[in-house]
Amino acid sequence: MNLIRYQAPDSAPWSTLDRWSSLRDELNSLFDMPFWSSFGRTGQLFTGWSPALDLYESGDNVVAVVELPGMRKEEIDISLHDGALTISGERKRESTNGETAQRSERYVGTFRRSIALPTRVDATKVSATYQEGILKVTLPKAEEAKPKQIQVS
Amino acid sequence: MNSLTRETREADRGQAEQFITPPASVTEIADGYMLEIEMPGVKKDGLDISVENNELTIVGRRSLPTVEGTLVHRESRPENFRRVFELDPSIDGDKISAKIDQGLVRLTLPTAEHVKPRKITVS
Repeated sequence: MNLIRYQAPDSAPWSTLDRWSSLRDELNSLFDMPFWSSFGRTGQLFTGWSPALDLYESGDNVVAVVELPGMRKEEIDISLHDGALTISGERKRESTNGETAQRSERYVGTFRRSIALPTRVDATKVSATYQEGILKVTLPKAEEAKPKQIQVS
Repeated sequence: MNSLTRETREADRGQAEQFITPPASVTEIADGYMLEIEMPGVKKDGLDISVENNELTIVGRRSLPTVEGTLVHRESRPENFRRVFELDPSIDGDKISAKIDQGLVRLTLPTAEHVKPRKITVS
């Protein structure tokens, strides 16, 4: 009869390596991202939440895609100032009555993310959608910033 | 008994696909635990939750919005999400329920109604 808890034979030798996989994750993420943005991310450990932001540019638009899981639309603020796009907001802790957090890796509180836009945009035509925890801000370029075809006469 | 979930982080043995480990939080509620995991870009049908050998595995596959234009700045990572937890014996694995809203997976893990020692009669 076996009184000792069974351990899968292949799981035991790996357990000491577990921590390495998370370290590797962390290191990979540093290499995957542009140099300066990795500062923003490591800053997350000390200062709070710095959501990942991607920026796309097409002929007519600049599009910012931001990962903001588990928010409500009303909690997100988008503003444009001096050619910089700022996304800020606050994630509130949901009911706390008689609940004990056992482990919390999710960030609760305010966040603020700014990025300088590559071209001038028309602030009056900015639109945004929020789906599956992803905020997508579409900023149409200002007329003078759009590429123009010049005919050779 | 109160150690709901000891996390098992497997060194991905021979697995071809790379996953990222999303942030999670565990809260003790009245009759069990609530587990929240951040998976932005994952829809309901991209979510795969399984319980096997007392291990709870949550895999989230993203369906990212298609954006026209060229990527000029990138901070997001393309990999899918995966997280594995070992369930505390007090949790009733059959009664785990899950929902996803705006990229946040919320699992309710109720404790079994009869977490009582079993009596064995000597024959």
